[in-house]
Amino acid sequence: MHVIENATLPDSLGRFGPYGGRYVPEILVAPLEQIEQVYFEARQDPAFQAELEELNRQYAGRPTPLYHCKRLSEHLGGAQIYLKREDLLHTGAHKINHCLGQALLVKRMGKKRIIAETGAGQHGVASATVAALFGFECTVYMGEEDMRRQELNVFRMRLLGARVEAVKTGSRTLKDAVTQAMREWTANFETTHYLLGSALGPHPFPVMVRDFQSVIGTEARAQFGEREGGLPDVLFACVGGGSNSLGLFHPFLDAESVRMVGVEAGGRGDALGEHAARFSGEGGAPGVLHGTRSYVLQDEAGQIALTHSVSAGLDYASVGPEHAYLRDQGRVEYTACQDADALAAVRTLARYEGIIPALESAHAVAEAIRRAPSAPGQRFLVNLSGRGDKDIGIFRENMPDLD
Amino acid sequence: MNRIDQTFARLREGDSRALIAYLTAGDPHPDRTAELALALERGGADILELGVPFSDPMADGPVIQKASERALRAGTTLEKVIEIIREIRRSSELPVVVFSYLNPVLRYGFEAFAAKIAEAGADGALLTDLNIEAAEEYLEAMRARDLATVFLGAQTSTDERLRQVAQASTGFLYLVSTAGVTGMRETISDAAIPLLERARKATDLPLAIGFGLSRREHIEAVAPYAEGAIVGSAIMRVVEQYGESPELGAKLEELARELKSGLKVPQPATGGVA
Repeated sequence: MHVIENATLPDSLGRFGPYGGRYVPEILVAPLEQIEQVYFEARQDPAFQAELEELNRQYAGRPTPLYHCKRLSEHLGGAQIYLKREDLLHTGAHKINHCLGQALLVKRMGKKRIIAETGAGQHGVASATVAALFGFECTVYMGEEDMRRQELNVFRMRLLGARVEAVKTGSRTLKDAVTQAMREWTANFETTHYLLGSALGPHPFPVMVRDFQSVIGTEARAQFGEREGGLPDVLFACVGGGSNSLGLFHPFLDAESVRMVGVEAGGRGDALGEHAARFSGEGGAPGVLHGTRSYVLQDEAGQIALTHSVSAGLDYASVGPEHAYLRDQGRVEYTACQDADALAAVRTLARYEGIIPALESAHAVAEAIRRAPSAPGQRFLVNLSGRGDKDIGIFRENMPDLD
Repeated sequence: MNRIDQTFARLREGDSRALIAYLTAGDPHPDRTAELALALERGGADILELGVPFSDPMADGPVIQKASERALRAGTTLEKVIEIIREIRRSSELPVVVFSYLNPVLRYGFEAFAAKIAEAGADGALLTDLNIEAAEEYLEAMRARDLATVFLGAQTSTDERLRQVAQASTGFLYLVSTAGVTGMRETISDAAIPLLERARKATDLPLAIGFGLSRREHIEAVAPYAEGAIVGSAIMRVVEQYGESPELGAKLEELARELKSGLKVPQPATGGVA
């Protein structure tokens, strides 16, 4: 295991090795440069950091607990499993971390309106929440298919005062919502901030979202050291766009002994179109989508592939560019978990610990459960990035024995 | 001198500006695209922008989105687009600029792309989401074959940025008339003419303006300030309307003729294109 010099990345063009960068319609270059400048100034500004920390504590509910799953660990009879409880945050997932950060930047830029894309609706809800908190106008783009499977979140966004626009193109999921939000932004960049919801898209979004999410790993590392002593052996997190996983992994990258596992959505099977596993599934190759160069699920002609996952938040054809870099470096191992295994992990965690995870997070839980029996003496830390309330409808469809 | 330069040189001698017609390759079917291109030429199109359909056209409005979907359903790939260029070249010297999002070209490979489009008889390319900072490898491959590299300038581009974009461009500089995506609009944006005036000071290249130009009056308004006007969605709207109808070619020819008539104006008194 080697330490990578990641603190210095991305470079001045937003690149992580060959990945990342900025591939956008020319009209967006200047608005992105503005965000970059405002963000890098804010990052150095103690007043900005203090304001964010205050919001994190008093509004979002940080720090989140680090919880030792004693019953589950005993049941599995191998590794000890710990959860970083991002599911306990206000709005129910880690998305609030980068929404609060970006909302403060919106205020600095003097803009009054935000737009956002959402898959599972967690980022949409967090965006609608900060819009209400700061008095911004808010429109969220959401694939029609995702609106159907996450209808509770659609209602929550509306209750918070946001407009939810159905996206009816392509697969009608997250990819199409990002495309539509980008299009809208090319028309409204003067008054509107695009509050992108993951560590992807054009520079500076990947670095900015990663930095705001790194509070997860920074807290977890300190909590683990204080309470358990030393460092965990293996980190697990689900990887859709990659914000919660980078948030956990990044502050541990310099710790050589810590292994990291990113869990993609394995969907229903290995064939292209049946999964959203950019690294471990068929059809993933370096390419450019939504303004960044990364691994992209695509066909032989370079057309972006359709994806499938039971989890709307992981159902995306590309992945944050820093993940592509970490994969090529061999620093993070990427694997995939299928729909059925994620659903089974939901049940296991609910029964043994009284915690119902979001379907996205259940992918990471499933992988930890799979590996735990053969890893006695090890300590696994899983990022429980969201809670499962939004998924109750999907659970019911898939668990008819409980009804 | 390639066909694009020749075209602008020829027009400079006369009393009209270039009509640059955009056509999504493969809509309604790859077998028909060459014929539609030739119809546009008969109507007065001076340069063809041949669009490679893409699954996620981030810079395009609904008309070209739907055209791309139809073209993809009809099996259009970059390989087929190259065949279409070859077919056009069999009977026409109309300059052809390949218009694509980056990913299909990246997948094909810059070297292979430049070699194959040059061999088929294309004159240049524009990659919508390839910004100049990341274009080095592409520029090398294109320059080695004397293919024009067209880049975009926008209202948000500073004067310095316009100079940099123009430096990387050959053939002409493509100016985006308005904020937002491609598509038909009622009026031309207030930003269009100031942008053309700034671009004129930044470069000696011919200037072409597009996005949102769909009617003769739009074109008449910008013609005194540019060497070319680009029309896309208005053309693809006709393709959508007439689809498989045998009238489609005649309708496109008619539209091109109407648009071209808005471009018959004397060359500007001011300007760097001497």
